[in-house]
Amino acid sequence: MNVNVEEKLFQNRYKVDHGRPHISIVNPDVCTNECKTQPCTKICPAACYKAEGNGTVSLISDGCLECGTCRIICGEHANVDWSYPRGGYGILFKFG
Amino acid sequence: MEKFDAIVVGAGPSGNAAAYTLAKAGLSVIQIERGEYPGSKNVQGAILYSDALERIFPEFRDEAPLERHIIEQRMWLLDDDSHIATDYRSDAFNKQPYNRYTILRAQFDKWFSQKVSDAGALVICETTVTDLILDGNRVVGVRTDRENGDLFADVVVLADGVNSLLAKKAGFHPELKAGDVALAVKEILFLPQETVESRFNVKEGEGVVIEMIGKITQGMMGTGFLYTNNESITIGVGCMLSDFKESGVSPYLLLEKMKAHPSIKPLIQGGEMKEYTAHLIPEGGLKAMPQIYGDGWMIVGDSGMFVNAVHREGSNLAMTTGRLAAETIIDLRQAGKQMTRDNLAVYRAKLDDSFVMKDLAKYKDMPGVFHANPQFFTTYPELVNNAARHMLTVDGVDKKTKEREILKSFTASRSLFGLMGDAFKMWRAMR
Repeated sequence: MNVNVEEKLFQNRYKVDHGRPHISIVNPDVCTNECKTQPCTKICPAACYKAEGNGTVSLISDGCLECGTCRIICGEHANVDWSYPRGGYGILFKFG
Repeated sequence: MEKFDAIVVGAGPSGNAAAYTLAKAGLSVIQIERGEYPGSKNVQGAILYSDALERIFPEFRDEAPLERHIIEQRMWLLDDDSHIATDYRSDAFNKQPYNRYTILRAQFDKWFSQKVSDAGALVICETTVTDLILDGNRVVGVRTDRENGDLFADVVVLADGVNSLLAKKAGFHPELKAGDVALAVKEILFLPQETVESRFNVKEGEGVVIEMIGKITQGMMGTGFLYTNNESITIGVGCMLSDFKESGVSPYLLLEKMKAHPSIKPLIQGGEMKEYTAHLIPEGGLKAMPQIYGDGWMIVGDSGMFVNAVHREGSNLAMTTGRLAAETIIDLRQAGKQMTRDNLAVYRAKLDDSFVMKDLAKYKDMPGVFHANPQFFTTYPELVNNAARHMLTVDGVDKKTKEREILKSFTASRSLFGLMGDAFKMWRAMR
């Protein structure tokens, strides 16, 4: 089964803080060389993390649902710098 | 510089309960919310349990935005293509005052927050608290992302939700473990009101809850759920984050497969999806609970792990902890006492005396039992579905032989000792 997450996220309302992502990967080399399973690329419910062909992990946090999953599953590497968006920015739930 | 009696961080159920109770008692309260409006960052299934809100706001039914009161609870054990169900429906649930309702959190939280403002609290939205301000070990205020955004108060109530970054930054509690939180994803699907009512066999205002366990979580510890709202259905699934991590199953894929299950698909057919959300639920229970108060600070709601995972209760614990934290503060002020760690220990005593800690203590071993025994989520649902199918298929085989074969299928999967052991483990964890 193939699921298009972008289509789901398209229904959501966001106020993106352009140029100021609230999540970042601390050291990309850790993802490439030290993390075999790269769970963030599968478990992030908004598919913000992508496993690239060359073994790196890319992150685009525009569709982030602000759940905190990536920060916690990266436990042993603690390679995710996670903070809340600036006040008023990010996901805006219509129904919650 | 203005100093408040109390700062409340966050405008969810726990923060609103705290801020409302404090403001109503005449304290000067400032509440900081990072969303554009209260509720815009908040996610829940969502079931509202009346009792917890009633103790704060007795006449809430007259004005709060409620969807449907629940008259029927279905519990499904699912196989790949079937389900076996228990169903409890009672006209007693159809008599006022209703015990629980489905709600849409964005609407409900907005309403609750208006009550907080009306009670006299200063509610500031679109503002993220970035740090606690400490004087030695004592919390004296918060730093926000506004210019000159430092705020000071005698006590800070942390109602900042499951991620609770502030308490972590201050070293009050460690990072959450993947084994102590569940990740839930859900969608809201819109359907005409009459369609919801005919599909679920209810009248206007009446609602149904379906809780699901089985193959839908693909071996992970978790549950699926379906709630009826006025003109929509909320459908979702949640599993322990540690299980997601180990299995590598994408949550949106899990949800999509669940929606395609032959028992579920006809119920949601034609629903127009208008929002997709994800949220962590702190399910570690009493054993994973952090320190919940200290010099100048208290923790309420999800940030303190106040969730009864077994009974799917959270918002009622949130409101109750928020209210009890506020009542502790009010009592201390009236007695002319400082908001020190020793004095705030009364909060813990109040919690111990309430259903909050009693229930959490009752189920303290539950997360461990389920973690160590995934058969409760996989083997058993499959076995009982097979048993039902076998018994209900009329094919010339006599019933005694069928019974023998069913028993054999149970002992083959779990062994007699395994079955007895599971029953014992369940009993010990539930008692």
